[in-house]
Amino acid sequence: MAEVRLNNVSKSFGATEAIKDMSLTIEDGAFVVLLGPTGAGKTTTLRLISGLEKSDHGDVFIDGRNANSESPAERDVAMVFQQYSLYPHMKVRENLAFPLRSPVLRTPEDEIIQKVDEVARVLRIDHKLDNKATELSGGEMQRVSIGRALVRDPAIYLMDEPLSSLDAKLRADLRVELKRIHSELNATFLYVTHDQIEAMTMATHIGVMDEGSLVQFGTPRDVYENPASAYVAARLGLPRINLLPADIFGHSGKNGATQIGLRPEHIQVGKGTEAQVTRVEHLGDQTRMHLKLADHDLVTLATPDEAIASGGTVKISAVNPLYFDEHGNRVR
Amino acid sequence: MAQIAIKNIRKEFGEFVAVKESSFTIEDGEFFMLLGPSGCGKTTTLRMIAGLELPTSGEIRLDGEDIAQLPPSERDIAFVFQMFALYPHMNVRKNISYPLISQGMARAQVRSKVQEVANILGIEDILERPVGGLSGGDRQRVALGRAIVREPKAFMMDEPLGALDAEFREHMSEELRALHDRMNATTVYVTHDQLEAMQMGDKIVVMNNAVVEQFGTPQEIYDKPATMFVADFIGSPSMNFLDFEGKLAKGAKTTELSGVKLPMPTLRDGASGQLSYGVRPEHISLKDSGKYRGEILASEYLGTTQIVTLNTPNGEIKARISSDQPAKRGETVGLDFLADKITVFDRKTGHALRSRLNEKVL
Repeated sequence: MAEVRLNNVSKSFGATEAIKDMSLTIEDGAFVVLLGPTGAGKTTTLRLISGLEKSDHGDVFIDGRNANSESPAERDVAMVFQQYSLYPHMKVRENLAFPLRSPVLRTPEDEIIQKVDEVARVLRIDHKLDNKATELSGGEMQRVSIGRALVRDPAIYLMDEPLSSLDAKLRADLRVELKRIHSELNATFLYVTHDQIEAMTMATHIGVMDEGSLVQFGTPRDVYENPASAYVAARLGLPRINLLPADIFGHSGKNGATQIGLRPEHIQVGKGTEAQVTRVEHLGDQTRMHLKLADHDLVTLATPDEAIASGGTVKISAVNPLYFDEHGNRVR
Repeated sequence: MAQIAIKNIRKEFGEFVAVKESSFTIEDGEFFMLLGPSGCGKTTTLRMIAGLELPTSGEIRLDGEDIAQLPPSERDIAFVFQMFALYPHMNVRKNISYPLISQGMARAQVRSKVQEVANILGIEDILERPVGGLSGGDRQRVALGRAIVREPKAFMMDEPLGALDAEFREHMSEELRALHDRMNATTVYVTHDQLEAMQMGDKIVVMNNAVVEQFGTPQEIYDKPATMFVADFIGSPSMNFLDFEGKLAKGAKTTELSGVKLPMPTLRDGASGQLSYGVRPEHISLKDSGKYRGEILASEYLGTTQIVTLNTPNGEIKARISSDQPAKRGETVGLDFLADKITVFDRKTGHALRSRLNEKVL
């Protein structure tokens, strides 16, 4: 495994700037998740590292060497795509062994057998090794396609939303599994998603992307608790952070802040300014209260006993909220 | 608007039974969710209400009148599909007007109806635009407009948000729900997404294998699941099942698992054999004093809370605790279970045992 570094990398497609002067270091053994909405540049970043795209400016370093002029095969990376593509006429075992049989790798046969067995066990598909790829469920197919990356020992694993086509339950299982695999293999992962739960639960570091730029990089806790901007703050946390005018509770914001950001844990129910309850959602593990405060909508959490029926009023106040300026940048 | 009562409805496709004798009632003005995994019969049920399929047997009463065998055109129900189909060569206004014009409504009246609907949906400024260049959200609003403009007795929606990405979906689901609250139209909505069902629904029917497993408000279904299927399908992570063998008498307040006495709501029925102690992740706390022990296998950070996976003598479980509380992998900790929230299941039948918690619902 190896460190991967991007130095001031830019990439345009025609008039569209997909990546703008991006620098990022993925340390050896890290599990970095790039998070952002569709079009933020996450997948392009992956493709630049894998060599499927060439950067217009800047350098990609893999294990200390400049990889700019290397072909995808020479870069020694393994990629997992959102849409699993397996060879339908082959057995699971042959699908998993296929990358090892590549002429570049020339792996001895006994090593292939050993490696395939090991990866199948890690992914819990060892009982399906002799099934045809078409005889698997969706979750099993995706595990095989992850397995095809894992049989190799590349510099870095690149994963492009590998779980997004799976159902919720399987996604939750594979999240835990990927994290376990990462720590067992001591591997370097770069993982792309727009799902904040995947980012929060798996990453050692989250990189938040916005329109081709990396806007924040840090541990999940750091990004959640100390967002650099309103944009970043809105990427993490369910329900989403409430962004309101800074003076909504009467007192002016600090240091020229124009907005305050309130996560549910920043809202104290019981005293302060009166707000109307417009809707209550019982989601089981949490009860969400939708409130109207001076023409602004906000959502907070309540315990089932605290929750007030819609139509009623509650008093709320802010506790240590986050402040943002007119551009959305954090004011500390 | 209308009440829809479903009585013993059944649908067979040849040998295959898509829906087995199901009964439930959708009250006037409710936002009603049909929830279940793919193939459970929820879409078939919706299509029977709309008249796109005729039931093999059973009744569908719309405001008291049995409409089960009527063609769709005589039911006065509007259907919004997953892939919203708009007429691509018409502008927004013509798309919305179309159902009214085909009914033969006078032009002036059509104009004022379309205006009213556009106002409700907040799309007045795009009425003259071609539908081709619209954003996904606006296309969806136009599709809704076309359904609303007829003022049908009820709306049927088949995973209308299924194709959208997470962030936009969240936004549209709030908008749909707010729209419903303004119009108070009886709405039946099919989804396989339990969170969407919990978030938007006044009531939920959970279906599995062509059978209604449970019918109730989101909170009832979450807190008082009738079957192991419901307990497992609703909630993320879902309910933990600690499997054990034992004999429980009517009136029991505790049960023994691997030599430790654990609390539960007073049982109204006794049971014996293969049982399961069902507990939601947020009803487990990590306390040194807890006699029941588990080894921490993993923790997943979620901002204010974290999900901790533990290995216990009765299998792997997940607990949701505050992210401030340390949870180190490899440590063995004591576990405490919230007595009033426990459901005990008979594993042979999959049904919940009646207790002080759920006796009013089951």
